[in-house]
Amino acid sequence: MSYFGDIIKGIKTLLTGMSVTGKYFITSRKGAITQQYPDNRETLKMFERFRGEVVMPHDENNEHRCTGCQKCEIACPNGTIEIIWDRQIDPESGKKKKMIDKHVYHLGMCTMCGLCIEACPTDAIVWAQNYENSVYDRSYLTKVLNQPGSKLKAGVEE
Amino acid sequence: MDTTIKNSNLKSEEYFINMGPQHPATHGVLRLLLTIDGEIIKKVEPDLGYIHRSIEKMCERDSYQQIVHLTDRMDYLSSHINNEAVCLTVEKALQLEIPERVKVIRTIIDELTRIASHCLWWGVMGMDVGALTTYFYGFRDREMINDIFEETCGARLTMNYNIPGGLMFDIHPNFVKRTKEFIAHFKTKLPEYDTLLTGNVIFQKRMKGVGVLTKEDAISFGASGPVGRGSGYSCDVRKYHTYSAYDKVTFNESLKTEGDSFARYQVRIQEMWESMSIIEQLIDNIPEGDVQVATNAVIKLPKGEFYQKVETARGELGVYINSTGTKNPYRVKFRSPGFSNLSLLNHIAVGGKIGDLVASMATLDLVIPDIDR
Amino acid sequence: MNIALNITTTITEFLSGFMSEGVANIGAMVVIALIYLAIFAVAGLYLVLLERKVAAWFQLRLGPNRVGPWGLLQTMADALKLVSKELTGTVKADKFLYNLAPYFVIVSSLMALAVFPFTKDFQAFDINIGIFFLIAISSIGVIGILLGGWASNNKFALIGAMRSGVQTISYELSVGLSLITMILLTGTLQLSEIIEVQKNGWLIVQGHIPAIIAFMIYMIAGTAETNRAPFDMVEAESELGAGFHTEYSGMKFAYFFLAEFINMFIIAATATTIFFGGWLSPFGITESIPWLGVFWFIGKTFILVFLMMWFRWTFPRLRVDQLLTLEWKYLLPLNLLNIVLMALIVWLGLTIQF
Repeated sequence: MSYFGDIIKGIKTLLTGMSVTGKYFITSRKGAITQQYPDNRETLKMFERFRGEVVMPHDENNEHRCTGCQKCEIACPNGTIEIIWDRQIDPESGKKKKMIDKHVYHLGMCTMCGLCIEACPTDAIVWAQNYENSVYDRSYLTKVLNQPGSKLKAGVEE
Repeated sequence: MDTTIKNSNLKSEEYFINMGPQHPATHGVLRLLLTIDGEIIKKVEPDLGYIHRSIEKMCERDSYQQIVHLTDRMDYLSSHINNEAVCLTVEKALQLEIPERVKVIRTIIDELTRIASHCLWWGVMGMDVGALTTYFYGFRDREMINDIFEETCGARLTMNYNIPGGLMFDIHPNFVKRTKEFIAHFKTKLPEYDTLLTGNVIFQKRMKGVGVLTKEDAISFGASGPVGRGSGYSCDVRKYHTYSAYDKVTFNESLKTEGDSFARYQVRIQEMWESMSIIEQLIDNIPEGDVQVATNAVIKLPKGEFYQKVETARGELGVYINSTGTKNPYRVKFRSPGFSNLSLLNHIAVGGKIGDLVASMATLDLVIPDIDR
Repeated sequence: MNIALNITTTITEFLSGFMSEGVANIGAMVVIALIYLAIFAVAGLYLVLLERKVAAWFQLRLGPNRVGPWGLLQTMADALKLVSKELTGTVKADKFLYNLAPYFVIVSSLMALAVFPFTKDFQAFDINIGIFFLIAISSIGVIGILLGGWASNNKFALIGAMRSGVQTISYELSVGLSLITMILLTGTLQLSEIIEVQKNGWLIVQGHIPAIIAFMIYMIAGTAETNRAPFDMVEAESELGAGFHTEYSGMKFAYFFLAEFINMFIIAATATTIFFGGWLSPFGITESIPWLGVFWFIGKTFILVFLMMWFRWTFPRLRVDQLLTLEWKYLLPLNLLNIVLMALIVWLGLTIQF
């Protein structure tokens, strides 16, 4: 007799399982969690703390805040950042000072750990929220973060 | 379960099959050399090393703040807990006093990570035994947790939010609200998972009595986490070697004694309920305070050996740092839970069928980068 | 429009206008075979699309919706891709058997479609052993699977083919016996006659309890016949590659794949004809418009196909020995008991007639 009891119990569990998926089937129009990706680029917003890519913001006078102190280069675990600097005569005080020539950032090697941004004393580099970083040629992944012709904003030294 | 044909004139041979490195059932690049006789498995030999990235060697070159981000990529499903393990070891060596706020936030994010990992485990396990829809249901819930993490720390999988000394920056104002919404949502979904899979007669027949691991074997192989607890071995690091804010919350350790795959499955489902209750106890009273303790820019540990264990979603992770007083560690060793759990695969799969091997591996919840590091 | 629905005679008469009688008969058969081939090849493709869409709706996503409006051209694109693939062959594979295997499965599937009555008189081949023919033809498909597995010279394929062979021949018994249970009510094997008998009420209503049990057994066994989940140990991807069709690519793989879906359609169509009244409308509401019968038939078949898809996307798989235990220890004894029960009910005249 437990033969028939087992069969009935088994069928009942199967039917309850089917009811769960059936419920999802019926509400599938609005329950679908698919994002139609290339069509919804305008409405797709990342969170503000999203770690996309490291950038150096420039204001409207093409000035940035990077003093070339190399703290980010030391903090980076795998050599993603290279600072090319030079000692030049500072026009204001007349002394020789370290100034940044190029801030090279290898996006291909970056692990997005965030240590460089935490280490920067002047908040020169921040996270950007772009998520489409694929390129056709690997050399495009080596980026120079400070734009040509830009200079250090006055008053950042403190 | 011996089904060899005795006293017969039939000559049957065993043959040798490679469940190769790329295989949908092995959760990563694991090569299993199977010797089977018809459908019965005679020997299973795992072959590791396909994703070895020399993390421990890289740790010898990096400073103490820099080794944290490498541990994200070991067991990527519980990355926050891995980071915390290294930070706790360094903090223990430096004898830093961590603020309460940091401890509570670390515990909440740990438990959220545990739920996310178990959600993914449930989805993938359903897919391994054939119920292909469970994958999507598990991932849908994990997406909500990923959104919480993305808002707070900026990344969905490799978080790198803990640093030796606290957290990198404070939590987002929306963190508490989103977590509460998630808990309310997930409480309605978890019984649904039970209805879909746990009570199903086909699933129970696939899982009950399959891959039995006795308590003595679990202890001698070093199984930890849900694998050990499914066999009755009470090994929860959160209870016996408490860290962070686990001494402030009350929770039960999920234990089952049968030791088969179904017991391990039930232990993990129970763990998800327990994690939710821990989060509920902590989420409303996060104490105010700092999120960082000031350390030197260059951390140097005193000479000696330091060890700390934590409970990841897979089991007990141990971090051993041997320092000679310089700014880089001399040797870092990670005792990974997956390695010990994998070593008992031969013991539990022999004598069963290939379908049983897949079901047992699904409940062992192996993540191969954790084993290979 | 007044085209007589008996297409065989229509075409034969049309052709005998300019050919002799015998040649016209053969010509009619060729024309009808081509029409069926065309329709059902396309129908097979759209069944694949339906499966993908239905699977997606169960899984909280949208199915294919880019290629053509609502994804209607998706399988056309897939078929074109499959046709353009390189036909690989393994070294040391038995060339003749390797090439022959897909044809067994596709030919047996398409042959079985010939006997279904789509509406009154609209049937390609109305023989008096209809059901017997159906069951016999579906058994030929097993040969194709076993040949495919053996001739691939691949351990995984061989395991898959052996498992599939065992599974199919076991479950054919249940299919046959549950159909016989219903024959007790109709007294004839001819499919059009079976539908005539159902004008007094569908057979599942006429035979109440044993008919419902027979229907459940038939659906389970039918799902197992076509190697679909939850019985798809054979082609389980997470176990051992792809089973018996691991080594096939291009058009030959397309044959195996299409044959699986057409088999699903055949199982559902047989169940519709025998249990649910074929092309008859419920309570005879559209009896005066015979050509609406096609829509009733297709509609009922698609509901049963949807049921089989629902099974696939909800349940885990059964292990091979559990599959065989299910058949030999549960379904077969129940089937035999059911036949006795049905015989008793017919003898005592307890069927429900309208």
